[in-house]
Amino acid sequence: MTDYLEGALPVAEARRLERHLETCPGCTEYLEQMRTIAGSLGGLSEDTISVEMRDRLIDAFRGFRKG
Amino acid sequence: MPRPIAQEDDQGLVAALCRGDADAFALLVDRHSPAMVRVAMAYVPSRAAAEEVVQETWISVMRGIDRFEGRSSLKTWIFRILTNVAMRVGGRERRSMPFSALAEAERTTEPSVDPDRFLPADHQLFPGHWAIMPARWPTPEEGLLAGETREVIAAAIAELPEAQRTVIALRDVEGWSSDEVCEALEISAGNQRILLHRARSRVRNAIESYYGAVEEIDYDAVTAELMRDTARKEADTE
Repeated sequence: MTDYLEGALPVAEARRLERHLETCPGCTEYLEQMRTIAGSLGGLSEDTISVEMRDRLIDAFRGFRKG
Repeated sequence: MPRPIAQEDDQGLVAALCRGDADAFALLVDRHSPAMVRVAMAYVPSRAAAEEVVQETWISVMRGIDRFEGRSSLKTWIFRILTNVAMRVGGRERRSMPFSALAEAERTTEPSVDPDRFLPADHQLFPGHWAIMPARWPTPEEGLLAGETREVIAAAIAELPEAQRTVIALRDVEGWSSDEVCEALEISAGNQRILLHRARSRVRNAIESYYGAVEEIDYDAVTAELMRDTARKEADTE
């Protein structure tokens, strides 16, 4: 399924999957759920560095690369 | 939430950095640090160690920017430095595998959907058919990341094995393209897809469990239902 979403399935297989989806609500729902996950996680990023570290780095840059 | 557009203006940024433009440096730090922490955590055992790695990387970047030749993108160059620093720091703390080795170590044959969800392969009428279909999710307008589902998802991602967690974070949280991930982590497109698929599957399973327990499967009842559906469809098309 992920190969399909990534555009990595060979054309014949992609078509076969699409034909299957036409008659299989289970797989259709599954694919839709995977697609939703792929598109929804953007707001989760919590890995920012601390303000202190950020300021230290920028000060270091200023000090290091003084004209 | 809109994702930041990939900047093609490497040349401008590099020139500004070489001139000592602190705002340009700040921009770069803000843009890449979250993903850098994420990647570093695949190599070192703690968040504190990951931040140390990120800090050391930025120092290397500011020292080495004059030598950047533009043969790769600035982002790739930064992340190569990062992975090298991470492996060295990880080596001190006894965890310095290249990412591809980490991914290999996590290989599993566990299926992405519980096989009990399907009728058996030797079922007389509907082999391999869904026995209990994925139920439509009652997603609120605000989307999957509203309220408690956000915690469920965050927890599911935190529990993923390292390599899967890194890939889903870079692709789906940070919005990197497949090529960017493969380049930064030095893995093949195929391996990346496998990791991504497994990660997304686990997250899907977690969400599904959260939305409602999956009941005991009565295969006879399911078969009877499927037969009624099939008969009904055939009657409709006559």
